[in-house]
Amino acid sequence: MPEPEEAPTGRARLRDAMLRPSRSQVIVAVLLAVVGFAGIVQVRTTAEDDTYSGYREQDLIDLLAGIAGTTQRAEDEIARLEQARDDLRSTTTARTTALEEARRQARALEVLAGTVPVTGPGIRVTIEEDEGEVDAADVVDMVQELRVASAEAIEINDSVRLVASSWIDSAGGGDLLVDGVVLSPPFVVEVIGQPATLAGAMSFPEGPTTQLTKDEAATVQVDELESIEVTAVRDPDAPSFAEPAG
Amino acid sequence: MIAALGLLIGIVLGLVLEPSVPLGLQPYLPIAVVAALDAVFGGLRAYLDGIFDDKVFVVSFVSNVVIAALIVYLGDRLGVGGQLSTGVIVVLGIRIFSNMAAIRRHVFHA
Repeated sequence: MPEPEEAPTGRARLRDAMLRPSRSQVIVAVLLAVVGFAGIVQVRTTAEDDTYSGYREQDLIDLLAGIAGTTQRAEDEIARLEQARDDLRSTTTARTTALEEARRQARALEVLAGTVPVTGPGIRVTIEEDEGEVDAADVVDMVQELRVASAEAIEINDSVRLVASSWIDSAGGGDLLVDGVVLSPPFVVEVIGQPATLAGAMSFPEGPTTQLTKDEAATVQVDELESIEVTAVRDPDAPSFAEPAG
Repeated sequence: MIAALGLLIGIVLGLVLEPSVPLGLQPYLPIAVVAALDAVFGGLRAYLDGIFDDKVFVVSFVSNVVIAALIVYLGDRLGVGGQLSTGVIVVLGIRIFSNMAAIRRHVFHA
């Protein structure tokens, strides 16, 4: 066993090496220079190597396969998203069409239900009581004939709109009771529809005009007009008993 | 002292000359550098242990570099170059760590 002072520690050897160059140190220095040189070269190569020139063939193949896979996935994603977009677009189109159809239907129903003022060509029938009283049944017949002639909107005296549930009764003294409203003569019935057809429906033999004017009870005047305004409207009443079936 | 100077000179030379690595050598240079580092740390440890011999150092240095490059070359020929370089790096890394542990014990006594 060497004495402690004869066996220098690693630290002491390091200090010695720093202070006393020797032949072996020159060799080590040369090799270290080689290591440092090669290391720096490699570091610089890695830093500037943004191309694939240093790659092995297998690495390049793997890289290419990876990129191809990524491309495939991206294309699948594109196809999926385009499919979703087309679906959404066709859904939107269908919904727009349905909405348009519903609006059209609602407009037609509004006219039929008498909830909106309407305008259009038609006739104005003026009934003036002369020597008798107008029979409510004759007025009902007249309305019926007008409906047969495709009347689309009917109002009496600018105050009562005739709809599907309208009823007409006699109020006595020549007055008429229409949907609970007492109307006095002269009665002005405004009808929107094809004017010539409506006028024909009034004037055919034994038709409404004949019925209303029998026994000189009243005079009937029919005017065909380019434009008539039916301004009377009615609030739609929710039915109490009838419910849609199915 | 001279050894440290040599390392410095090598680094400066590399920075100044900016040489480009030949394409054929590109896969082998990193492995060779790591192998050389292993030899350097082994030599430092031997020096601190008091058993340093310059002849052994030179031989181990050169053989380390050559064998590492050879293994990678062989791997490239066999089609497993990537895996073999990883293996070589791992083994050399372990050796460097164990050498560093011995050096640390000498220098810091810890």
